[in-house]
Amino acid sequence: MSGLERRRFDALVIGAGGAGLRAALSLARADAHVAVVSKVFPTRSHTVAAQGGINAALANVTADNWHWHMYDTVKGSDFLGDQDAIEYMCRAAAHLVVELEHAGIPFSRLPDGRIYQRPFGGQSQNFGGAQAARTCAAADRTGHALLHTLYQQNLRARTHFFDEYFAIDLLRDEQGYILGALVLEIETGELLVIEAKSTLIATGGAGQLFRTNTNAHINTGDGLAMVLRAGIPLEDMEFFQFHPTGIAGKGMLISEGVRGEGGYLVNGAGERFMERYAPKAHDLASRDVVSRAIYQEVAEGRGCGAQRDHVLLKLEHLGEEVIAKRLPGIREMVQTFLHVDPLHHPIPVYPTAHYTMGGIPTNRHGQVVVPLGAGEETIPGLYAIGECACVSVHGANRLGGNSLLDIVVFGRAAGNHIIEFLKEQRTHRPLPPESLERALERLQRWDRRGEGESVDGLRRALQETMERHCGVFRSEAVLLEGLSKVREIRDRLAHAILKDHSRIFNTARIEALELENLVELGIATLVSALGRTESRGAHSRIDYPERDDRHWLKHSLYYLEGERLEFKPVRLKPISVDTIPPAERVY
Amino acid sequence: MSHPDTAADSELARLRWRCRRGMLELDLLLLPFVERGWAGLDPTAKEAFWRLLDLPDPTLLELLLGLAPPPDPLSDVVAAIRATAA
Repeated sequence: MSGLERRRFDALVIGAGGAGLRAALSLARADAHVAVVSKVFPTRSHTVAAQGGINAALANVTADNWHWHMYDTVKGSDFLGDQDAIEYMCRAAAHLVVELEHAGIPFSRLPDGRIYQRPFGGQSQNFGGAQAARTCAAADRTGHALLHTLYQQNLRARTHFFDEYFAIDLLRDEQGYILGALVLEIETGELLVIEAKSTLIATGGAGQLFRTNTNAHINTGDGLAMVLRAGIPLEDMEFFQFHPTGIAGKGMLISEGVRGEGGYLVNGAGERFMERYAPKAHDLASRDVVSRAIYQEVAEGRGCGAQRDHVLLKLEHLGEEVIAKRLPGIREMVQTFLHVDPLHHPIPVYPTAHYTMGGIPTNRHGQVVVPLGAGEETIPGLYAIGECACVSVHGANRLGGNSLLDIVVFGRAAGNHIIEFLKEQRTHRPLPPESLERALERLQRWDRRGEGESVDGLRRALQETMERHCGVFRSEAVLLEGLSKVREIRDRLAHAILKDHSRIFNTARIEALELENLVELGIATLVSALGRTESRGAHSRIDYPERDDRHWLKHSLYYLEGERLEFKPVRLKPISVDTIPPAERVY
Repeated sequence: MSHPDTAADSELARLRWRCRRGMLELDLLLLPFVERGWAGLDPTAKEAFWRLLDLPDPTLLELLLGLAPPPDPLSDVVAAIRATAA
């Protein structure tokens, strides 16, 4: 063990999507010695897939201000979002979008040169009034432009990249300080101990939990599972956003921009059913509302197709020019994967798992926090930001355009906080050998040889179970059955064997480690969903159809040990304005 | 893939990882092609496939969706990937 190579840094960032790169940039520019570990090349992180855009109340197209944006975000969150963090994010938005513009992001523009803003679901003027247009986009490449720009800036600032390294586990001492991580170089199979005065997790979401999902295959929630194994709880894991318009049976996202530009949904009878579910916002209602509406239409026999198992998204009326100009790529994607032309045929769509609202509990500085008495304490040296974190700005349901905003706002905030933390934390704390031993055991378990089940089929089994038992609508019976099935999958995985024990690019071993992460997150999601006996935002219980603010205006915290839940209050008090009180959520 | 000690197996393992991209669409186009189409490619086409993987994700997606014409040396392999898309 002493033979392992060791490197020391001021800060270790795990994950090289937009959040990790934004934080790393602040750190490197402040002359901190920063390592970024990423299991794929940084520009292939999932941020690249964010097509929609980034919200900021610039008021370029409609009247707007940050307070309206805050109201929409709180309402969208079904009042589970922490209002101090939401105020912080919405107030920072305009400044950060301008900063991105100066960094070279090619935002789409109005004829007068100002940034174009498109209307997105859940956006309103004047606290729930007329539709606002708040989303800034660089055509359909906003995520890519952001990621590429941040990566280039990091290279210039001399951030040290460990590309194609997989993080095995966090390292910590008995006082609870996080001291870095054990990582594996995928190409060589060599291990590396990265000791760091501060560790920031920015590993993204866990969309691969579900069979039908919009996420890249890399989105296996590795950071969330590492945190669980370190004895830290995960917050609000029952809240998983299903995007209403995935290509039926495949999962790929048809951007909300299609409905923003005038596309609409119809059921098997050709009816525009969203008018019944959201009398004002229609097809632009918030994502959970539209997802449940589609689910319900199909469940009640009003679906389309031979199996009546989807609805249709119509955009033929928009015309070739609008589709080509405002929605580039949609037509060709449908043609490539479905072999039909959406100019002449509507697109079959169904809800698809999209975004992990829950995650690692943090405050608005990105510090990881756990309950202590009536309050909270921070985990020294540990930070989390972006989709893997739960700050919580999205609460029970995220609004479109708020995730890119989340990553740049809290990426910067965490970077700045770590810079201050490093002023106090001048030296590396000693790394206890037991912590390294535990991390190594996780890997060595896969060296076992002999008879045993292979890992291959288990990921599919997990995804199918989660989709069937923890999807858009849930009930106690269905969730309990799902939980027992996922526990069985966990037992099978514990006895599974790899056939390939080579070192070089052993992707089977990486996939086994990813699956271990997903299985723990599946159980976290199911237990949290069982615990919350109400319906709120993305969490819909058939047996508890109403929101119950008297009992459930609180966050859940799932602990791996004992698979138990605790709860903590929602932070209803914003920083400078009045609380936005819970009200019925109507669109 | 059970004993990747040969050079070919090791290349395939490397290739599988490099086909893991930031977008589901690319995963769904590239990974099945590696399993079904890669072995049948001649050395020139294999070289072209590696070059394709060096492209940024949105550029790669544009080529594979037929939104932009691929440069000549890549057009055959792009057509082969598109033909296996299901």
